[in-house]
Amino acid sequence: MIKLTPRAQASAKWGYLSPVLAVFLTLIAATVLFWGLGKDPQLALYTFFISPIENWYGITELLVVAIPILLCAYGLALCYRASIWNIGAEGQLLLGAVVATTMALQFVDSNSFWAMPLVLLAGMAGGMLCSGISAFLNLRLNCNETLVTIMMNYIALNTLLWAVYGPLKDPSGYNFPESALFGDSTLLPILFEGTRLHFGLLLVILALVIVWVFMSKTFLGFQIKVLGLDKPAARMAGFKEKKLAAMVFLVSGALAGLAGAVIVTGSTGQLIPAISPGYGYSAIIVAFLGRLHPVGITLAGLLIALIFMGGEMSQMVLQLPRAITGILQGLILFFLLSCDVMIRYRIVFTVKLPGFTAAAKH
Amino acid sequence: MDIDLVTNILYAMIMTGTPLLLVALGEMVCEKSGVLNLGQEGMMLMGAVAGFIAMYHTDNHFIGFIAAILVGIAMSLLFAFIALNLNANQVAAGLALTIFGTGLSAFLGNDYEGKQIAVLPSLSIDALQSIPLIGKPLFGQNAIVYLSWILVIVVYLFFRYHRQGLSVRAVGEDPSVASNLGLPVMFIRYLSVIFGGAMAGLAGGYLSIAYTPMWTEGMVSGKGWIALTLVVFASWRIERIILGAYLFGFASIMHIVAQGLNWDVSSNLLAMMPYVATLVVLVMLSRDKQRLKLFEPMALGKPWHRSS
Repeated sequence: MIKLTPRAQASAKWGYLSPVLAVFLTLIAATVLFWGLGKDPQLALYTFFISPIENWYGITELLVVAIPILLCAYGLALCYRASIWNIGAEGQLLLGAVVATTMALQFVDSNSFWAMPLVLLAGMAGGMLCSGISAFLNLRLNCNETLVTIMMNYIALNTLLWAVYGPLKDPSGYNFPESALFGDSTLLPILFEGTRLHFGLLLVILALVIVWVFMSKTFLGFQIKVLGLDKPAARMAGFKEKKLAAMVFLVSGALAGLAGAVIVTGSTGQLIPAISPGYGYSAIIVAFLGRLHPVGITLAGLLIALIFMGGEMSQMVLQLPRAITGILQGLILFFLLSCDVMIRYRIVFTVKLPGFTAAAKH
Repeated sequence: MDIDLVTNILYAMIMTGTPLLLVALGEMVCEKSGVLNLGQEGMMLMGAVAGFIAMYHTDNHFIGFIAAILVGIAMSLLFAFIALNLNANQVAAGLALTIFGTGLSAFLGNDYEGKQIAVLPSLSIDALQSIPLIGKPLFGQNAIVYLSWILVIVVYLFFRYHRQGLSVRAVGEDPSVASNLGLPVMFIRYLSVIFGGAMAGLAGGYLSIAYTPMWTEGMVSGKGWIALTLVVFASWRIERIILGAYLFGFASIMHIVAQGLNWDVSSNLLAMMPYVATLVVLVMLSRDKQRLKLFEPMALGKPWHRSS
């Protein structure tokens, strides 16, 4: 028999071990999965996890994928620190992309220096609009934030579709659901010649530093942590609960909106229906896998980006559907939640023998 | 507005509301036992893909629906193990279930996109179907719609008159007290979660076998999430779930209404309606926090551990 006995204190060691173990278990599960699908596991694992990043170009591509995921995940982590179950990064990203595109299309023939910052700010504003609505509904009207943010995701998705099929459709685009191509002044500069790695990487590093300093060095960051860990204590200490919550909502919306703006200005160069293969949802996994810490999130984000690329690779090389990406992401989260049980509980194996019971602690 | 249009709208409203009714019914039972399973969307997707694949290979609707139900149950067991045995946060476990189900269903259904299956025939009662206005909506539906009504009545009677219905509610209100009274808390919660999984699987199967009938990636498009709102909307009361499900069904068929009334509105904006309606309902419901708490099972979403 396996029994769980609560620990007197949460185990810090398992806090770090659990994500590592979860990734390890996911790799084992992936091996079994590939084997079950009749692929050589060694070749499949190589194709999935190594081949996408075995050269310089691959690494830059990995970063391109990681950029929007990380931007979303930093913001979500702030929300989760405050115990706000915001799962609306996807919608905030999409709306950010729509608003950024609207702005960028004003500058198609311009070469103003201010075009680019304006487009990025527009993206952030779009994301903040989306998360701001969620925050208003959650904080002022008491609606459950999980349901509100997921509904906003679908509303944002339909807004994007409406925009590319309607007002933002390229008039000379043969009726394809795409916006016009952006002008040069609203395309993010490429960092390294011959790659697609763009300026967005610097924005990610900036966001990483800001979020890190904010969480660990400022009083506001401390207040957010207290709010998440012990609401009554935060209230007793006189922290402005609603203001803090509204702030994390807006910051996460701005970051996700920026991610949307970065995708259209850095990767696609126009608005298309499929700008995000669920980056905003993956960011949820990334935030948890990274233990809500900016550095952990960065590592987790790179891993999830690798899984996205591995999915593409295995489709080309192994003829496996790229949807395998989603399976592995779901598995990681499952394993993480399962391993997290070790933080709060000790697993005790009890052997039942007739007459007496022997318990062995593990 | 002519009477045919009204009849058609009512007919489509019930047809579209049925999957919501099924999932919400399952989730309500699950929540009554104190377990919050946010994985409805994932379970529905898995039910949809499993039902479609089974139907495609056997050409038998019955087997399709059984497959959908079984896969829904399997998914709910995964959730139950993590949320109930390992005491994980139920919100996170439900999210994981949805993400996993979305990925796995897309993977399994990859080769089945665009494939055709035989439509589930409607099981009309000819004598009654000719009643004007309500005849077709009430008596011209397919078997699953009628089944959903039977299930509603059964669940209603179970909670109203059966001893075990009271046990489920006791476990959802206070598991520790229920356990001290000798009720098998884990067993009851497991059964409730399984019922929720079966309903979600059936609802998914309904979408891919009876409603559309075809498989496309992510075809559930938020119905699992809407159903979660529906349970709150109904304040955990069965009779209100029917009303809510058909209201949301109506919000989902605005394109038919718009076509009938010759409105010129973008279809993408109309597709937003169910989600906007959900938000509106959430706002109306959440005005009074105290009142909401009155109906909510006390132990909803709280992990419970025997020794504690």
